[in-house]
Amino acid sequence: MSYELIGITVLWIFLYGYLIVASIDFGAGFFSYYSRITKKKHALHHIIQRYLSPVWEVTNVFLVFFFVGIIGFFPDTAYYYGTALLIPGSISIILLALRGSYYAFATYGAKDSHLYSLLYGATGLLIPASLTTVLTISEGGYLAVDNGNVTLLYGELFTSPYSWGVVFLAVFSVLFISAAFLTYYAAKAKDQQALEVVRKYALSWAFPTITMAFIVFFLLGERNELHFSNMMDLWWMFALSLASFAASVWLIWKRQNYGLAFIFVMVQFFTAFFAYGASHLPYLLYPYLTIYDGFTNESMAIALIAAFIGGLLMLIPSLYLLMRLFLFDAEYLEGRK
Amino acid sequence: MFGIENDPVLLSRLLTALTLGFHVIFATIGVGVPLMIAIAEWMGIKRNDPHYTLMARRWARGFVVTVAVGVVTGTAIGLQLSLLWPNFMQAAGHTIGLPLFMEIFAFFFEAIFLGIYLYTWDRFKSKMRHFLLIIPVVIGASASAFFITTANAFMNFPQGFDMANGVIANVSPLEAMFNPATPTKVSHVIITCYLTAAFILGTIAAIHLLKGSKHEYHKKALKLTMVSGAVFAIATAVIGDLSGKYLHEYQPEKLAAAEWHFETETHAPLILGGVLTEDNEVKYALEIPYALSILAGGLPDSEVVGLNEFPEDELPPLWVHYAFDMMVFIGMYLAFVSTLFAVMSWKKNWNPYNKPLLIMVAAGGPLSMVAIEAGWIFAEVGRQPWLINGIMRVEEGATTSDHVGLMLALFIVLYTILGVTCAVVLRRMFKQNPVEHELEKRGIEQPKRVSNE
Repeated sequence: MSYELIGITVLWIFLYGYLIVASIDFGAGFFSYYSRITKKKHALHHIIQRYLSPVWEVTNVFLVFFFVGIIGFFPDTAYYYGTALLIPGSISIILLALRGSYYAFATYGAKDSHLYSLLYGATGLLIPASLTTVLTISEGGYLAVDNGNVTLLYGELFTSPYSWGVVFLAVFSVLFISAAFLTYYAAKAKDQQALEVVRKYALSWAFPTITMAFIVFFLLGERNELHFSNMMDLWWMFALSLASFAASVWLIWKRQNYGLAFIFVMVQFFTAFFAYGASHLPYLLYPYLTIYDGFTNESMAIALIAAFIGGLLMLIPSLYLLMRLFLFDAEYLEGRK
Repeated sequence: MFGIENDPVLLSRLLTALTLGFHVIFATIGVGVPLMIAIAEWMGIKRNDPHYTLMARRWARGFVVTVAVGVVTGTAIGLQLSLLWPNFMQAAGHTIGLPLFMEIFAFFFEAIFLGIYLYTWDRFKSKMRHFLLIIPVVIGASASAFFITTANAFMNFPQGFDMANGVIANVSPLEAMFNPATPTKVSHVIITCYLTAAFILGTIAAIHLLKGSKHEYHKKALKLTMVSGAVFAIATAVIGDLSGKYLHEYQPEKLAAAEWHFETETHAPLILGGVLTEDNEVKYALEIPYALSILAGGLPDSEVVGLNEFPEDELPPLWVHYAFDMMVFIGMYLAFVSTLFAVMSWKKNWNPYNKPLLIMVAAGGPLSMVAIEAGWIFAEVGRQPWLINGIMRVEEGATTSDHVGLMLALFIVLYTILGVTCAVVLRRMFKQNPVEHELEKRGIEQPKRVSNE
């Protein structure tokens, strides 16, 4: 495996990690707000707070990891994406900043405020929408490169069905992933009342998510034929994704084994996300930048991979400890600790 | 806005300065306070004194609110570097990708253990076990300061690569990371974070005592913070001296700008305060003979390079002298106050809790933050006009986008909102739950009088 492939695979794994943990977090914020305005707050609030409080900071790190990593492995991305994404990037930063700090103000500052809750819920849906701009423009056709000057074509971005399709897919997926996780978490905490609420959310967001996935799949065919035909070569991975989706919905519907159901959701997104990413290669930004011409020098690549391995050796036991203490500890989950 | 809307370079500089200036407040607290929490919890265990344990607990509770703002503004600067300085980050990725990447690992490590630490106060039977959880937080916080400062040190003293026709080649990531600027810069940053944290927590205790509280808890907090503060202040002075020697050797133009030192000469005086006239004459300044030569080279006859040796368009603006002086003055003030307090509380019959000294301590917290800002402004503006010293000028690194002005306005609004809310939330947290109240609630002390509530 070449260094380029190792680099992009590492980054893609972290982006996938962010996709899962951030979806849980973003969706939980939305559900928390929604349950508040529909007067079901008492049922959900406790369970969401109990999960999110110890892990919200970790969620943020996954994202930082990805964008610092991509500058390290593929410095040229800074030039193209950095120049083009000033506005959408800054908007994402502002939303992330408001969300993160108001979460802490509300949780640790111990003030139950409607405004804080609204900010937290609304940003939970706006952030995935703004972050997907990066994936959208990577398909090509949204940038003008002229004399080394990169500009983002806002008209093209806002009128393209593909870019809107990606936004809706992201938002629906966030809600589905989050509801599926909270279903598992509520079941584990033996919180029957919360379980009923989130299980209903999971089932009702399943259909929109998979429909949107199909729509985006075909919109991409019109947008970038090369990428689409590469995706067709990996059809079996998408088929696996669909099968996992069916299995997870079936389990939740039958009220069986919510843990396994959530693992199926993770497999569903893992296969689809990796098939999407693999078929995008070698392009980082079609047609300007591939993983080969944007790659860092060899000594930096070796250093980064070494740091990465060392970092993982330290992170994995720590993450395991975090999960054992807060995710898989029956007494903590049931609120006795 | 003010006729600068078409200058992305200037606007990018302003926005970066704004974000970093705001972030550094929370980053400093983020690096320094975990150590103070650890010391307090350790004292609580060693002396079996619940006051210290509660101190650690209350500090940790306030700390996490500031951490949140630190995390989100840190994310902001991380992304903003690529958005505002795409060409710089392209070059930086090739040379200092490693420390940037390692910083995230350190931050990750800290984030995981901070989450665990905060939510396990009453979970373990052994107090020691809970104390051990703060150690990775202290290490993670200081390690992330270490890595990110090596990246900044590289910008001051770039090495570990060859430049051939504008293309970076033969990169050695470790050599880039451990450049001559690294030791002094890193140690200075970390020790001043500790010093500032000690003084900010000391200010809180001093204000409570000034307001008339006679509670033992605040006296213990003041003593703990000021004794640690004295140690950090002395270390800061030693490292500050080494930093001066580093500048003399490797970045003489920065030292000369800080000291308004024009002619290259031996037996150079140190200039304190003063103003600079338009024809570069220093007025109203206090001159200490030979001090600059001693600061720079260790001996009165050390030759100090002057500003006249450099081409005019490679000189930093000379107002950095004011920032430099402010940093040094405040540093000396902090060392004086904390040492005075330490000596007075060590002598049996002296009362260190007298009003004038309390007022001086109370001023120390805000002043130390001013010194942090002044020090960073001196370090960063003192490197002008270079983005990477001697390699890339600032205007070569900036974005070409036309929308930086709008973003600057948005971020001013954002930081104002965040800053104000953070202050309000912190104030309310501790106002609603004063120490006396919490001591009773946790059964550490008996209520002093029966209340009807």
